[in-house]
Amino acid sequence: MIKRFLSLEWKSFLRSASFGKGLALKILMGFLALYFIGIFLILGIALYPGLKKIFPDQDPLTIVNSVLFYWILADLVFRFFFQKLPVMLAKPLLTLPIKTSKIVNFVLSKSVGSFFNILPLFAIIPFGVTLIFENYPFSSVIIWMLSLMLVTLIVNFLNFIIESYSSETELSYLPIILLVGGLYALNYFEIISLAQFVGNGIEAIYNFPALILILVLILIALYSINFKILRNKLFLDSSLKAKVKEVTVSNLEWTRSFGEIAPFMQLDLKLIWRNKRSKSSVWILIIGLLYGLFFYPQPTYQDMPWFFAFIGIFVTGIFLINFGQFIPAWDSGYYKLLMSQNIKYEQYLKSKFTLMALSVIMLFVLSIPYVYFGWKILLAHFAAAIYNLGVNTHVILLGGSFNRKKIDLNQRAAFNYQGTGAVQWLIGIPLMVLPLGIFALFYFLTGFEIACLSLAVLGIIGIIFHQKLMTFITSKYMQSKYKMIDAFSQNN
Amino acid sequence: MISTSNLSKKYNTNIVLNIESLQIPKGQSFGLVGNNGAGKTTYFSLLLDLIKPTTGEIINNGVLVQHSENWKPFTSAFIDESFLIGYLTAEEYFYFVGELRGLNKADIDSFAGKFEDLFHGEILKQKKYLRDLSKGNQKKVGIVAALIGNPEVIILDEPFANLDPTTQIRLKQIIKDLAETKGVTVLISSHDLMHVTDVCERIVVLEKGEIVKDLETNAATLKELEAYFAN
Repeated sequence: MIKRFLSLEWKSFLRSASFGKGLALKILMGFLALYFIGIFLILGIALYPGLKKIFPDQDPLTIVNSVLFYWILADLVFRFFFQKLPVMLAKPLLTLPIKTSKIVNFVLSKSVGSFFNILPLFAIIPFGVTLIFENYPFSSVIIWMLSLMLVTLIVNFLNFIIESYSSETELSYLPIILLVGGLYALNYFEIISLAQFVGNGIEAIYNFPALILILVLILIALYSINFKILRNKLFLDSSLKAKVKEVTVSNLEWTRSFGEIAPFMQLDLKLIWRNKRSKSSVWILIIGLLYGLFFYPQPTYQDMPWFFAFIGIFVTGIFLINFGQFIPAWDSGYYKLLMSQNIKYEQYLKSKFTLMALSVIMLFVLSIPYVYFGWKILLAHFAAAIYNLGVNTHVILLGGSFNRKKIDLNQRAAFNYQGTGAVQWLIGIPLMVLPLGIFALFYFLTGFEIACLSLAVLGIIGIIFHQKLMTFITSKYMQSKYKMIDAFSQNN
Repeated sequence: MISTSNLSKKYNTNIVLNIESLQIPKGQSFGLVGNNGAGKTTYFSLLLDLIKPTTGEIINNGVLVQHSENWKPFTSAFIDESFLIGYLTAEEYFYFVGELRGLNKADIDSFAGKFEDLFHGEILKQKKYLRDLSKGNQKKVGIVAALIGNPEVIILDEPFANLDPTTQIRLKQIIKDLAETKGVTVLISSHDLMHVTDVCERIVVLEKGEIVKDLETNAATLKELEAYFAN
């Protein structure tokens, strides 16, 4: 049975319309994976001698144990953003004579083999081996390594519980931020010394191996909670039972001032507000806007003005990146309608452009208070906003013409992990790194003002050639029309 | 009105549609029947330029469909649920389509009012998104939206499937009126031979992508079709 499930997964991977594009991304992800493996390996090998050198009178194992708490927190955050429960489209299987519990167990146990669980091994094993060579008691070290693996798995299953909770509420990233932030704060302000607690716990297992049972019990408990959650979601009618909320109809009359693109803008605004998947881009706005607060208050970054442009691009372009990269996939559910209705392609794209441009302007205005940390920041943000307006908007629209992956808005949140995950952050990299590179280059060559100017000039060039660029982009969309329709009408 | 010549569609080596010539005059109610995989939806998709023909062309009211978008203003269609926008209410959807066809809200309100008995009080003013309506009600919305803005060509794929008997009867009346009194060219496909013979003046039978019968509807047509499909 497991073999059959695996072959289904393999087929859906090989036979999907986005296979070509998916493959390129997968190769890129492969390189990233190798990179991380390398880093962890070096960490695992160098950790013991390194710690010995810096803290000669402390036991490296104790130090490692004492920072485990922070590892767990960081691991949780990373997993939340990048690791998704490998739910294959389980619904078609439900009517077949397979026990539901079998499907659930398969989905859950498959996650154990995830890269996120393998990666820590590359640090844990070399470190453990070093310990053994340094004459630590063999069996205790093995127990220590085992308990760290158990902790990794505990984090693995804890993450899925958090994810399923946040996908049911409309809060998006809020639960994870509250949880991790709360735990960190409790520890930081020494209300409850969690770091010490975790450290002592692992230490205790190291000394009394039988205590490892506690970790096993926690793991079993988390697994069964996951099992229950998933089991309850695996009903054909669970989507039907969901309460149908009364709709509040809004007119959005103000969009009229945008003339002929008004109907599309109304549609886009409704799209964003009425679907869970797209609504999360609104929440991200808030996070993106506050992103600068991570950096600017710290003196280290105050002395790194070449970095301001990056934050500027991020703060003013967060919506652009988040919403823009799924054009036209947002409309994939009714793409055939758009293609056969009385619509000019250019108007459709122009509406998306206007929406993104408006968001950049709005976010720039909202980010003006950053001037508190220095006028240079305001200037850099302004240049970054113009760059976003003139360059990134067009780039992301053009990128959309290669989009072959549909987003099913109608699907309920339970299984709706489409378009989330590591890949969506990868696409943002060139949009942010390129301007950072240009800015840094001019900064070191000529100075801050010229660097700002160079970004702004690039943006202005883009704005001047807007019409030409749009005509070009439209023609690209026209060319891939049939391919898009075909890909969007596939189910996977 | 619609003239098809040398049209074919191949997927790899598999020919799914091959029509040498098919002329559909203005104002005709035209029915397409055939078993699954006969090429009905393929033909409609080609008419709407949703897929690319391997050879040949379709000319819709003088416009070469594959080359110009100018057929869009006078052509409308409802093929399947992918023509609906799930997160709009029925009214909003009608307004949206209306706007694309140059009608304002008041026009649409009076237009939708005419279908009150077809809707049976389950569609307008429901404060429900289309995705939350039942399949049958979704279909009603899609079909009515395809009538917005007095199109000259209306294409409906399987309009009777999923509808309740009362609605089927009303819909038949609507389609007949469109062709007879307003001169609209209506193209429908169906698996239900009875409905097509009731509604259409002309019925074309497709088998494996080829036209095998082209009938003027009369009293004997239903028998003839039934005999054909029984084999």
